[in-house]
Amino acid sequence: MRTMSVLDMFEFKTDEETGTLPRKEARPKTPLSQIETHEGQPIKIMTRNLSVFYGINQALINVTMDIPQKAVTALIGPSGCGKSTFLRSLNRMNDSILGARTDGKVLIDGINIYAPGINVVALRRLAGMVFQKSNPFPKSIFDNVAYGPRLHGIQNASVLEELVEEALKKAALWEEVKDRLGRSALELSGGQQQRVCIARALAVNPEIVLMDEPASALDPISTAKIEELIHELKKNYTIVIVTHNMQQAARVSDFTGYFYLGSLVEFGTTKKIFTTPDKKETEDYITGRFG
Amino acid sequence: MNGTTTLSIPNLRFQPTDWIESLWNGLLRLFAIIPLCVLVFILGKIFSNGAETITWEFLSKTPVQGMTEGGIFPCIFGTISITLLMILMALPLGVGAAVYLVEYAGQGFWVRMIRAAVNNLAGVPSIIFGLFGVGFFILFVGRNIDHVLRTGLLFGQPCMLWAAATLAVLVLPVIIVSTEEALNAVPQSHRAASQALGATKWQTIVHVVLPQARGGILTGAILAISRGAGETAPILFTGCAYYLPRLPVTKLFGVIPMINPLDQFMELSYHIFIMATQSMDAEKTLPIQYGTTLVLIALTFLLNLAAILFRMHFRKKLGQVSLQ
Repeated sequence: MRTMSVLDMFEFKTDEETGTLPRKEARPKTPLSQIETHEGQPIKIMTRNLSVFYGINQALINVTMDIPQKAVTALIGPSGCGKSTFLRSLNRMNDSILGARTDGKVLIDGINIYAPGINVVALRRLAGMVFQKSNPFPKSIFDNVAYGPRLHGIQNASVLEELVEEALKKAALWEEVKDRLGRSALELSGGQQQRVCIARALAVNPEIVLMDEPASALDPISTAKIEELIHELKKNYTIVIVTHNMQQAARVSDFTGYFYLGSLVEFGTTKKIFTTPDKKETEDYITGRFG
Repeated sequence: MNGTTTLSIPNLRFQPTDWIESLWNGLLRLFAIIPLCVLVFILGKIFSNGAETITWEFLSKTPVQGMTEGGIFPCIFGTISITLLMILMALPLGVGAAVYLVEYAGQGFWVRMIRAAVNNLAGVPSIIFGLFGVGFFILFVGRNIDHVLRTGLLFGQPCMLWAAATLAVLVLPVIIVSTEEALNAVPQSHRAASQALGATKWQTIVHVVLPQARGGILTGAILAISRGAGETAPILFTGCAYYLPRLPVTKLFGVIPMINPLDQFMELSYHIFIMATQSMDAEKTLPIQYGTTLVLIALTFLLNLAAILFRMHFRKKLGQVSLQ
């Protein structure tokens, strides 16, 4: 598969006068991710005054946040605090919700994904998503993982096999399923199904993986495997994970953001948030005095 | 406040409601059995009177002697052809409409209007569909095609095409409603997963939603066939013939034999109707009437069975998928 470039997110329109593509100078010379740093880490995703409305309810209020590259960022907070909404706004999954409206900016590598002319399909290839409840299609394991690559035009059987193997290996599932790729994904255990979903997301070669409580419906052993996997994946991917489980956030993440009532209360390194948070609300939530 | 607010201690031996319970139980059981009795009576009468009429001759020959003797092959042929033609027209249209309503339309005023129209369409008496078929398909669509193509009087007269189209309109609500249900039964999470992988809406529908809804859509097709195959009123004016000396077939490019949709046809239910009401000697044709009725019921059942087997096949495929 051709590697994904952020510039693919633009559907370049030919210049009306010259009939040519926009000149190279029009593109950002140095990706912003190399300029701005947060605790020494380059920034992959920046949100600026991001607000999301569902009808008249404001689910997210002016969130400004810098998410570092190739690290795990955990979003914590009580139910309904907007952390899932925030996650879904990072690959525009809120678009399909009736009556949802987004204000503000989300910049991935310096490109505002809410600007007109952004190709949402390409964006979602760049930022894959793993959902709370594992949702493999009622197809074979192979077909589940090959779904994305096939969508994007890969027909060659040997290429597909390679991609599927690679994705399943990355999702730490290959050894368990390599002899039964043709069996239905629904026959697998809950934890394995979730890893099929992770493999499926990885198979389209994203740079960002968004995870919405990926382990909340799993037993402790499967959860441990998923957490191990997340640890492994952050070497190559920028991971944003929503979790209800404070210990999980402490275990897997490098950075943590605490959301409350639609606002980002505090954001910093996980170590700082969990040991010496600046805000009292954060401390109350972390220590379990509230929540 | 006084002491009557608490319940008395229940007496375990006294059961005053017992006989009322059994009365209702018996009555409701009777209600439930009545439809079964009616069905058994109808089928029993048809079988006992019609079974001896059914011979190979009866199934394979054309009617003779002013339709008082001979077989009913043209009617069987007509019924099968028109049912196939009907489902070919109604299924794509109905599924397409349902996909639009569920996947694209959202919840607007016009969507509610369309849904109401679909539901009302299901309640329109079938004779109205027959008249609509004459007025719209034959006199408006057909005549205008003839006018534009300068084909004389080819499309603008009763024929199998317009009869099938009329039946298709009749069964459209059945297909739309059952397809909508099937689409709604596909988990929203699968659509989200597909879109999160960069699939467009259309790709999601084709690769994720429709394959899972196939069973339900086929159920709709089954119901549509059951509804449409035995209908008489809609085809009464739109294409079926009292008697035809030939089958409605033609040769495509002069070689490939095919059903001729521009010809009239004989049909089982219409045949029963004219046998019972228009025949010169209705008494004499009674065995033929019973035989024809039996064949019509058997045929509808077979078409249903085929669709049910289809559905089982797809369900199986969905459960145990194989490596492609």
